[in-house]
Amino acid sequence: MYKKREVAIISAATTKCGEHWGKGIKDLAWEAGVKAVEEAGISGKDIEYLVVGNMSGGMFVGQEHIGALVADFLGLNPIPSLRVEAACASGGIAFSQGYLAVASGLYDMVAVGGVEKMTDVEPEQATSVLSGAMDFEWEAYFGATFPGLYALMARRYMYEYNVKNETLANVAVKNHFHGSLNPLAHFRNKITVEEALTAPIVADPLRKYDCSPISDGAAVAILAPLEVAKKYTDTPIIVEASVPASDTLSLLKRRDVCTIDATVNAANKAFQFAHMERKDIDVIEVHDCFTIAELLAMEDLGFCKKGEASKMIDEGQTYVGGKLPVNTDGGLKAAGHPVGATGVRQIAELVKQLRGEAERGRQVDGAEVALAHNVGGSGATAVVTILSRRGT
Amino acid sequence: MSTTAAPAHWRRMRERYRLLGSKCETCSTTFFPSTRVCSKCRRKGKIVPIEFSGKGKVFSYTVIYSAPKMFEHYTPAIVALVQLEEGPKVLSQIVDCELNEVKIGMEVEACFRKLFEQDRSGIISYGFKFRPLDDRWKDYYKIDLNLKDQKKGRPHT
Amino acid sequence: MKVGIVGYGAYVPKWRIRVENIAEVWGQDAETIKKGLGVEEKSVPSMDEDTATIAVEAARNAMRRACGVKGCEIGAIYVGSESHPYAVKPTAVTVAEAIGLTPNVTAADIEFACKAGTAGMQACLGLVKGGYIKYGMTIGADTSQSAPGDVLEYTAAAGGAAYIIGEDNILAEIEGTCSYTQDVPDFWRREGSLYPRHAGRFTGEPAYFEQVTKCSKNLMEKLGTSPNDYNYVVFHMPNGKFPLRAASLLGFDIKKVLLGLVVQKIGNTYSGSSLLGLAAVLDEAKPGDRILMTSYGSGAGSDSFSITVTDAIEQKRTLAPPVKYYVNRKSYLSYSIYAKNTRLFKG
Repeated sequence: MYKKREVAIISAATTKCGEHWGKGIKDLAWEAGVKAVEEAGISGKDIEYLVVGNMSGGMFVGQEHIGALVADFLGLNPIPSLRVEAACASGGIAFSQGYLAVASGLYDMVAVGGVEKMTDVEPEQATSVLSGAMDFEWEAYFGATFPGLYALMARRYMYEYNVKNETLANVAVKNHFHGSLNPLAHFRNKITVEEALTAPIVADPLRKYDCSPISDGAAVAILAPLEVAKKYTDTPIIVEASVPASDTLSLLKRRDVCTIDATVNAANKAFQFAHMERKDIDVIEVHDCFTIAELLAMEDLGFCKKGEASKMIDEGQTYVGGKLPVNTDGGLKAAGHPVGATGVRQIAELVKQLRGEAERGRQVDGAEVALAHNVGGSGATAVVTILSRRGT
Repeated sequence: MSTTAAPAHWRRMRERYRLLGSKCETCSTTFFPSTRVCSKCRRKGKIVPIEFSGKGKVFSYTVIYSAPKMFEHYTPAIVALVQLEEGPKVLSQIVDCELNEVKIGMEVEACFRKLFEQDRSGIISYGFKFRPLDDRWKDYYKIDLNLKDQKKGRPHT
Repeated sequence: MKVGIVGYGAYVPKWRIRVENIAEVWGQDAETIKKGLGVEEKSVPSMDEDTATIAVEAARNAMRRACGVKGCEIGAIYVGSESHPYAVKPTAVTVAEAIGLTPNVTAADIEFACKAGTAGMQACLGLVKGGYIKYGMTIGADTSQSAPGDVLEYTAAAGGAAYIIGEDNILAEIEGTCSYTQDVPDFWRREGSLYPRHAGRFTGEPAYFEQVTKCSKNLMEKLGTSPNDYNYVVFHMPNGKFPLRAASLLGFDIKKVLLGLVVQKIGNTYSGSSLLGLAAVLDEAKPGDRILMTSYGSGAGSDSFSITVTDAIEQKRTLAPPVKYYVNRKSYLSYSIYAKNTRLFKG
C-alpha cells in the first residue's frame, strides 16, 4: 500500500447531538453541511464527490437513498453521491472512503458526511433496528441486544482480568465530565461514581450510564489534497492514515471475546501507513458505545497491554490533562451516538483539538497528533484514522 | 421484513431445532453455524454435516432487563455465550435457572424452547436454549440397581 | 410378532405452584381443597414452554430409551393435546422436525380432551400391526389453561409423555386395546374461547366413571383377565380422588393405583395424564408385571390397554430420566409469576 497524494481536512463540523424533534434527516444534514462549508470558506459548487455514512435511514425513518438525499438537499447535484454502511462505523467508513477518493488523485474536493435520525421511532424499535448490526439469525433471533453483547464481553473481561464495576463507572463519569464542557454534547450533566453504580441495570453488568444514548445528529468534513487545502486554511489537518478492518459478524465466532481484532488490525496498519508510533498520539476519540468498549479500545489500539486499561482509567490518566486523554468531547456516552454520524463527529472533535479550538477545560494542551477509532456492531468493523498538524 | 417473514423463520429452522452444524473432516474443526468452507483448510477441507451433542459450558453471561421487540415478556432473561463441548460457541438463553445461579464455567445442556412469538396471531419460533446440566436422574436407577444387587447378594458398585 | 412399547419418555416443567398460593388469591381454604381434590401442588410451564416444547422433550427421552431406533425409521407421529400452540398447523410437524423424523413420516394432531395421546397410541398400533410402518410415535402433552378462580385452576397443569410403538426389542407388550365412546357434554371449549367450561358434578358419574369403568371391564372381558391379573392400574387423573374411586368400583386393590398416581404432586397434565402415570409405572415395574391403563377424555371416551412388561425394561429405562426425577425437581412460584407464565393477564 502506498499513498498517491497527501490528503488534508479543511474543515469539520457537527450539529449538537440529542433529541431533535423538529429536525429530520434533511435538516440535520443541511445544518452540518452548511457549517462545514462556511468554515472551510468554500462554495458548495466546489465539492466534487460526496460520501455519506448512515446506518439505517430505511428502518428509522423509511428513507433510503441517503447519498442522493444529502446531495440534493445540500445543493450538490450533479456530483457523485453515495451512502456507505458499516453499522455504527458508517461514519468512519465514509471518512475512509472520502480519503480514498482524494488520495487516489481522482477528486480534489470531497465532502464526507454522517447522519442518523433515531428518535422518530420508540426506543424498543430503535433497539431492534440497531440489532441489524449483529448477526440477526444467530444473535438477535435468540434474544441478544447490543447492551447484551457488550455485557457478555464485559462479564468475561471482568472475569479474566479481575476488573471491577467501579472502573466502568469511572469511564462514564469522565465522559460526562468532558461532555459537561462541550456545548454540542447530548448530555451536559456531570454524574458521580455512586450514581453510575446504582443506576438501573440494562444488561448485567452494564447499567444505564454504561450505555450510549439514542441520538439524532449529523457531521460533515471537507477533504482536499494538502496543497489545495493550504489555500483555504493555515491549519490543514493532515490525514496520515484512515484504515478500516473487519472481523466476524457475530460475537460467538470471535477468536477472543475480549479483543476486537478488527481494531488491532486497523490500528497496526494505520500506524504503519502513517510511519508513527503509539507514543506520538496526544489525544484519542474511541468508540465507547458502552463503557467496556472504551477499555477494550485502549488495549486493542495498542496504548496499553490487554487487561491493563483499568489502571490508567482508575488513576484518571484518561482525563484532559492526563497521560492519554480519551473522548475529550464526552465520547459516544455524553456527546451522543447518532450512529451513522459518530465516525465523522469524532473527526470534527479531533480537528478542534488539533487546532486548539476546543472549549476551556477540555482542550488538550499542544495536541499535535490525534487518533479516531470507530467500530461497527460488536466489532465486525473498525476504522482507525490518524490526524496530525505536522508542524502547520 | 414482511409481516411474517415465513421463509426467514424456516431457512435455519432445522439447525435451530437440532443444533446442526458442520465439521471439517480434514482438520476435525467443528463449526456452528454450519459453514461451507473450512476457515483453516479452505478448499482442501472436506465439510460434512453434524449434530452437536448439546452439552457445553457457560463462557460468559448477562441478564437482560431491557428487552428488544418480541421479547418484552421474557425479561429478565439470562443470555449467554455457551461453549459447546465440541468447540464452537453459541449465543443462547439459559433457562430453568435462577438469576444468581448462573456462573462462568457452569455445565449446561441444550433443550427445546420457544424463542419468540410474532404476537398472538403470528408465527411461533422455536429453537435451542440451555439449562443447567443435571445428571441426578441417574441416581434413581442406581438406588434401584443397588437394591436388586443387595437382594441377589451381589456387591454394588 | 408381539407389538408394544419400544421406548417411552416423560417431561414435566420445573415450576410449581402450591394450592395454598392459589387459594389465598380467591379467599378459599387450602386444606379443604387439598383434601377434596387429593392434589397438593401443580406444575407450571415457563414462559417459553408450550405443548410443542414439552412434546419434544418427552419425545427425545423416548428416543433415548428406544436405543438405536433412527428417526427415519419412525413412520408416524401423533400429538394429542387440548392446548396445541396453533389452531391450524400441527404440533406434530414441529416435533417431527425437532427429532429428525421428517420427511418420510405421517403426522397429525389429535384432539379428544385428555385422551388424545392414547388415541394416537391406537393409531400407531394399527399402522405397525398392519405392516405400514416399522415404528410409530404418540405423544400426549398439555399446558392446560383454566379460568382464574375456577376449581380447575388448582389442577390444570403442564406435562407430557411420548411412546414409541413397534415390534422390535419391546420393553412392554400391548396385548390388547379397546375403547368406549359416547357424546357426553361434561367439559368443552369452543373455538376462540380462552378457557374451557365444565358441568360441575356431572363430570363424575355419567362422564368419567361411566366411560372408564365400562371400557376397562370390556377390555378385561375381551382378554379374559380380571383385576387380580394386574400388578398396576393407571387411570386418567383429573384429581387425586377419581382414580381411587374408579379402582374401587372395578375391584382393584387401591395399592395398585398408587405408583402411577402422579397427580398429587404435579396436578392434571390433561393429555399427558394417563401416559405419565404409565411412565411412572414403567420406571419401576419388573419384567412380567402386568399393567392396565385406561385413559379418559371429556366429550367423552376412554381407551384401555393391557400391557405386560418384558425383560428389556430393566436396561432400557435407565437411559432417560424417570418421572420421579421430574416430579421432585421443582421450584415454587408465587401467584403473580404463575399468572405471568400462563398469560392470565390480558395481552
